[in-house]
Amino acid sequence: MPWISACEADEIDAEDVMRFDHDGHTYALYRSPDDKYYATDGLCTHEQVHLCDGLVMDNIIECPKHNGRFDYTTGAPKGAPVCVALKTYNVKVEAGMVLIEIA
Amino acid sequence: MARPHGMVIIGGGIAASRAANALRDGGWNGPITLVSDEKHVPYDRPPLSKSFVTDAPAPAPYLTDIAALAAIDVNFINANAATRIDPKAWTVWLSDGQSLPYEKLLIATGAQPRRLTLPGSESARVHYLRTIEDSLAISGQLKAGAHMIVIGGGFIGLEIACSARNLGARVTVIEGLPRILSRGVPHEIAEVVASRHRQEGVALHCNAKITHLVESDDAISVMLADGQTITGDLVVAGIGAQPATDLASNAGLAIENGIRVDSYLQTSDPDIFAAGDCVSFPLAAYENTRVRLESWRNAQDQGVVAAANMLGKQQAYEAIPWFWSDQYDLSLQIVGLRGAQDRSIRRDLGNDAFILFHLDPAGRLSGASGIGVGNAVARDIRLTEMLIAKGAKPPEEVLADGKASLKALLRQPG
Repeated sequence: MPWISACEADEIDAEDVMRFDHDGHTYALYRSPDDKYYATDGLCTHEQVHLCDGLVMDNIIECPKHNGRFDYTTGAPKGAPVCVALKTYNVKVEAGMVLIEIA
Repeated sequence: MARPHGMVIIGGGIAASRAANALRDGGWNGPITLVSDEKHVPYDRPPLSKSFVTDAPAPAPYLTDIAALAAIDVNFINANAATRIDPKAWTVWLSDGQSLPYEKLLIATGAQPRRLTLPGSESARVHYLRTIEDSLAISGQLKAGAHMIVIGGGFIGLEIACSARNLGARVTVIEGLPRILSRGVPHEIAEVVASRHRQEGVALHCNAKITHLVESDDAISVMLADGQTITGDLVVAGIGAQPATDLASNAGLAIENGIRVDSYLQTSDPDIFAAGDCVSFPLAAYENTRVRLESWRNAQDQGVVAAANMLGKQQAYEAIPWFWSDQYDLSLQIVGLRGAQDRSIRRDLGNDAFILFHLDPAGRLSGASGIGVGNAVARDIRLTEMLIAKGAKPPEEVLADGKASLKALLRQPG
């Protein structure tokens, strides 16, 4: 499982999300309000909308189109219209860089 | 007579579908019957003017399937219209003659396209867009080089115009008012949409009065009062919708621009609830102004809240209106209500995306309309919705500064 350098840690604001594309796949990277980093697939499981345009509140990312919600720390769906979990990825910060483990 | 046992839902869209699920999720173990006058399981309507047309043949945008309905033990009756409700006998009659007793009933019959009444408008070349079949009938004629004439520069008309251009058809849009989207968005945003349609090759005729339509063997002509004739292969009329209230009004339920419900989505009969495009309801955040909304999220959320209240949970529906439209790579989002006295504050977000915030005379945020590529305005519009719900009076300089955080405003006390 390779670790891929995605961005600098301070490129993402606290309680925010950023898009990261790698090898034909799109991911969403998150920085939680307490400065932990997370990663999920970049597209909503409901209608393939990019989550990076959505709103992050605490540990929840909300789809910008249909307001489907996920806990981005676990990928768990949090209510209609989403019912399928988001795939999550391991993330670590090293030397000021956010790295994502691509499965 | 003894009260019957069981829930009945009438409708074939997202409100009906979500309500069925929400009844089960809410702990209801008794019978649920879902009745639709369409042959399909409940489906999503937004794609019918967009991807379902451009990607044809595409899978129908079903919200569920027979197996999923069976799995939650919903008795699904399709292609069978509810024809009469007798509230005193707690019974719904269907077009095939069967009767369904109910303990609580949900009416989610939606809205019907307003139809043209002009001479010649009964032609088979004149289409409306509401159902899967309507959408298929239109896309079947949208070959490259075909000419589609859209009557009405509202959201449905402009979305189908965009889809037709994507398929290589010629498109003319005829609007009776001085500009498109007059009901839906402020002038600055309508101008962005209009110029984009022109750039994509759509001929826009505003201020156009249609006198009649003339069908020939292989074409249809729209005759304008100024003497112009516009000839095409098909006409699509998107001139608004009317709530489907006949069933409710014949049952003696109160009607007021839709089926009148209270904040619990209860009709004038305590055992009958209604949800979605067919209802008018009080908006708590706007001094209980009574509105009827034609919007996906409103229908979805009302289906869920109505189900909770059918189960006696006394849950008030306290939403802020929210709506989107996708045309080309642009998406516009509208939240709240815009009052006639409201001032607008513009916020630029880069890449030509912008939002107009609407502030009432007391400085309270009442709504916002935004447009941009993709979902560029989505996050700020969502935050605006939360600010409206909070009754916020945000400083104009923060609203006007695209780099200033709306989330920070939301978290300010008071």
